[in-house]
Amino acid sequence: MSASIETPFATALLDANRAIPPGVVSHTAEVPTKRFAVYRNNVVASLVAALKVRFPAVMRIVGEEFFAAMARVFVTTHPPRSPILMFYGDTFADFIEGFAPASDLPYLADVAHLEAARTHAYHAADAPPLDPMEIKSIEESGLGSLRITRHPSAQIVRSRFPIVTIWAMNAGEMELQPIADWSGEDALVVRPYLEVEVRKLPPGGAAFLAALYAGHPLASAIEAAQADSVEFDLVANLAGLISSGAATTMSCPAGSKDTSS
Amino acid sequence: MNKPSCLPARAGVGFKPEHFRDILAAEQPVGFFEVHAENYMGAGGPSHAQLSALRDRYALSIHGVGLSIGAMKPLDRDHLARLKALCDRYEPESFSEHLAWSSHGGVYFNDLLPVPYTEETLAQVAEHVEEVQMTLGREMLLENPSTYVRFAQSTIPEVEFIAEVARRTGCGLLLDVNNVFVSTRNHGNDPVAYIASFPLDRVKEIHLGGHDEQVDDAGAPLLIDAHGTPVAAPVWALYAHVIARTGPIATLIEWDNDVPAWPTLRAQAIAAQAILGRAARNAAA
Repeated sequence: MSASIETPFATALLDANRAIPPGVVSHTAEVPTKRFAVYRNNVVASLVAALKVRFPAVMRIVGEEFFAAMARVFVTTHPPRSPILMFYGDTFADFIEGFAPASDLPYLADVAHLEAARTHAYHAADAPPLDPMEIKSIEESGLGSLRITRHPSAQIVRSRFPIVTIWAMNAGEMELQPIADWSGEDALVVRPYLEVEVRKLPPGGAAFLAALYAGHPLASAIEAAQADSVEFDLVANLAGLISSGAATTMSCPAGSKDTSS
Repeated sequence: MNKPSCLPARAGVGFKPEHFRDILAAEQPVGFFEVHAENYMGAGGPSHAQLSALRDRYALSIHGVGLSIGAMKPLDRDHLARLKALCDRYEPESFSEHLAWSSHGGVYFNDLLPVPYTEETLAQVAEHVEEVQMTLGREMLLENPSTYVRFAQSTIPEVEFIAEVARRTGCGLLLDVNNVFVSTRNHGNDPVAYIASFPLDRVKEIHLGGHDEQVDDAGAPLLIDAHGTPVAAPVWALYAHVIARTGPIATLIEWDNDVPAWPTLRAQAIAAQAILGRAARNAAA
């Protein structure tokens, strides 16, 4: 019996065109439309608010009114599946990609991807980043077989737009100004300690890191990076890997010292 | 044997991350802090760093908002396991949840939705509360809701329903005085009569918060449990009435929307503490 209350109640919450479910009453009005609307509004407004918190740069780019309208469509068509709202909106970027009114901002979805990655980095497990001195203990002959472990917070976001620059300008990290170079940018999102950092990866850097994170040894990662970009610079990328805190351990197989223990 | 809920009988505040620095900068006139469990279900990061620092200095209440205890389907075991992990990690003085449902058909609505009060729902809610207490190994506190509509199907008055859940499960109760005011006004009832019939001996925590005022389709007052303003004067009066009857009980100030600067929230806690202090002096006299 009671399940028959929840189902029509739940359905009417997300569809404002549906009638108030039967059995929902008040002592003042036969059909308590305004009263039921409190629940409808609580659901939609609180979920839109959760997206505003998670995607502030997207909101800055499109303006609050447009964002709220777009978020309302998302909320009613892609409501959360979990009570843990910190990760609500993992599919918001994909939704934006197909959201026709935003089609003149083709980079918007990638900004959403970047902001979603920032939240995941923020709440990821804590782990001390790799000690930069460890690289010194690796024997040169073993370098090609060196492997690393991804920092739990580290994520790569690739884009054919200058996504790091666009994000930084709309997150108060950089002054808003016209962008001269519209080449694509790849981002490394990582939180080595308590602050989430967004770094622009050098050419080939995303492919390099992705290969290392997939468990491939350094030699294969270099190949992947070179295939991705002729400008790949190994020294700069290794230095970036170590200074960013994007790895927690590095190790070589037998024959060289293992520093991962 | 479930660990009993044991918050200090003082004023507490719902923790907001934006107040963290202010709170840690000095000793605060606050007996405990309360957090929403679901905001601390990430693996690590600043949220846990802040909660650990608070926990080291103050008593802690973990308040769930997403377990959907009032739903007619089984509890979400994964969510219950996450609650257990959180309680095991922080060992809070108290754990509480709502007489409401918030998930249905795989969707989480992020709102505390109303439960029809029938023999069937009573049995189901009691079963859920028992499962929570058994899983957590703790007494839980069940909170009375703010409601805006009623169900034609309901056959049991809300207070009787809550009292019976407590009787069957041995759970404690969280009396939200603002919710009492909001719900009784919304349904044309008397808040003092509600308090008079409420099983006050089971109450281990009180909530106070602000509400908004609207009107319904018939032009009658429709109060909304919005938590975005100071506690209203008639709610303070109702609270003083409760405390005069019960003596001091842990009392939380909730302010979740349009969150003010820390001193404003602190002042609300000091106001609650004054009422608690008066009750303690009267009891001693």
